Amino acid sequence: MLKQVEGSKAMAEGIALCRPEVICAYPITPQTHIVEGLGELVKDGALTGCEYINVESEFAALSVAIGASAAGARAYTATSSQGLLFMAEAVYNASGLGLPIVMTLGNRAIGAPINIWNDHSDAMSMRDSGWLQLFAETNQEAVDLHIQAFKLAEDLSMPVMVCVDGFILTHAVERIDIPTQGDVDAYLPPYDPVQVLDPADPISLGAMVGPEAFTEVKFLAHYKQTQALRLIPKLSGEFRSRFGRESGGLIRSYRTQDAELIVIAMGSVCGTIKDTIDEMREEGIAIGLVTIVSYRPFPSAALRNALAGAKDIVVLEKSIAVGMGGPLATDVDEALRNLPHAPHLHSAVAGLGGRPILKSSLHRLFRQAIVQPWEGTHFLDLNERVVGREIHRTGKKRRSGPTAENVLKELAAQDLQRAKEGRA
Amino acid sequence: MFQVRIHGRGGQGVVTGAELLSVAAFLEGRHAQAFPSFGSERTGAPVVAFCRIAEKEIRLREPILEPDCLIVQDPTLLRVVDVFAGLRPGGYLIVNTNRTFADLHIEAVASRLPPGHAVIVPATEIAQRHVGRPVPNAALLGAFAALTGLVHLGSVNKAIDEAFPGRIGAANIAAAAEAFACVDAQEQAAGVSGHTAAV
Repeated sequence: MLKQVEGSKAMAEGIALCRPEVICAYPITPQTHIVEGLGELVKDGALTGCEYINVESEFAALSVAIGASAAGARAYTATSSQGLLFMAEAVYNASGLGLPIVMTLGNRAIGAPINIWNDHSDAMSMRDSGWLQLFAETNQEAVDLHIQAFKLAEDLSMPVMVCVDGFILTHAVERIDIPTQGDVDAYLPPYDPVQVLDPADPISLGAMVGPEAFTEVKFLAHYKQTQALRLIPKLSGEFRSRFGRESGGLIRSYRTQDAELIVIAMGSVCGTIKDTIDEMREEGIAIGLVTIVSYRPFPSAALRNALAGAKDIVVLEKSIAVGMGGPLATDVDEALRNLPHAPHLHSAVAGLGGRPILKSSLHRLFRQAIVQPWEGTHFLDLNERVVGREIHRTGKKRRSGPTAENVLKELAAQDLQRAKEGRA
Repeated sequence: MFQVRIHGRGGQGVVTGAELLSVAAFLEGRHAQAFPSFGSERTGAPVVAFCRIAEKEIRLREPILEPDCLIVQDPTLLRVVDVFAGLRPGGYLIVNTNRTFADLHIEAVASRLPPGHAVIVPATEIAQRHVGRPVPNAALLGAFAALTGLVHLGSVNKAIDEAFPGRIGAANIAAAAEAFACVDAQEQAAGVSGHTAAV
């Protein structure tokens, strides 16, 4: 049914339709309205057969989900930012044990400096944890990806993280089609575990594994993710057949057919990029977009095919691997490795800590990639004056003080200067 | 696409106002996207919320920089925030006040807009009378319907009733109706009634 509803609330409804049996949550910042919405659905009796457990931390939230999943329950939790870091050990345990938990990550920056706004730093911190990571472009896709995620997780017996841009999607109210229970039931059968802690048929789970077998267990985890490269498009196709819309898959291409410049991005910024591309196309610029939905497993082969005809690529990402550059750009580089006539890759970092990614800035960036391509990592809309002055200060003075505070002071001074000039 | 930016303070229902407007547009078969300016909201702090209305899917995710309509829920913000930033030349302006544009020293801004595009509504007083609390958001949506013709008052009422069924909804609907009439009277006095803003 079509509804005008907040993204988080729609996701809660979609997740409830997946009939989770245990939901664990630590409902405090950083968190979204998703678990709040699910709590209401359990309490008012709309979601039956589900135990909602308030736990004392994010570490406990995922640990309880691990226990529930191991006991054969369909388990769900959600977190963001610092909450994901606090549960980091359990994140690796869930995937290492092969438990098909689904978790929403309302993407937000990681401190310090303290920042509650959106970027992809949290997801990137767990990109090597063995979880599958799917990124939603719209709130509709966020709802749909959860339904696909339970099926994907349970088919593989691996946990899936559905990454949804914090605030930009989670707090936006828009038109969303909430599927029917009948369609979701037909798409997603009851959970049939490959391993279960059952007193009637005891097994042990979580064996100590030494050098003789650790590599093999890890190989098999990696192998499962390579299997997912086939499974994800299949599940997306089945979803389309039942629900009548495109959601999920490994990657999606937009106006790339004859594109000389292809932008690569993940998440909600793809919408703004598409609008920018339409405007640039009207000016005759051959530009397109490839949206990455599945970040883990990374769709190297699909990307290689999609990008082979391009001359230039701009990878635009909301994350920074400090000391290296953009992690997504590095992964895309890997996909292009050894490709004859590989396109030139230009890496751009944007939208950190909630800085809005503006269409006007994207116009400038994409034009620059054509006329004045750059090497290394470009920081979109970087305040070079602030950065320059701080570098200068730290070079001149030993006790130069804390960086974040200095930058804020410098910004305030700039604002004051502008206000004075405005009055003059 | 028609873009609305609402400025107010935490506690005045700024975010709810944007959401209700998006629901009203949705009820008329349009696409709409409402979202808050993201921050550590707290009572009394400046808050901004946005609403886009369009005939097709809205993909754009940047904040609204060039609004077609500006709703100022709290005129004390005029000294604190550049609320008029980016307002389109042909745009609309609704200010919640019981004073005049001249009193607020924004006559110049109002007169730059086409005739009848800038109105004042004593929405807080209207809300106090009907709802018993200084929450001007519903009344301002009634004013928006009268000024722009972009949504019908009936859709605004339905959106309010869906969000707040019962007594509170009814009181807010009455406030919206009074604000609608207030703007309608101003428009007729100016001889420019019957706007229908393009999406």
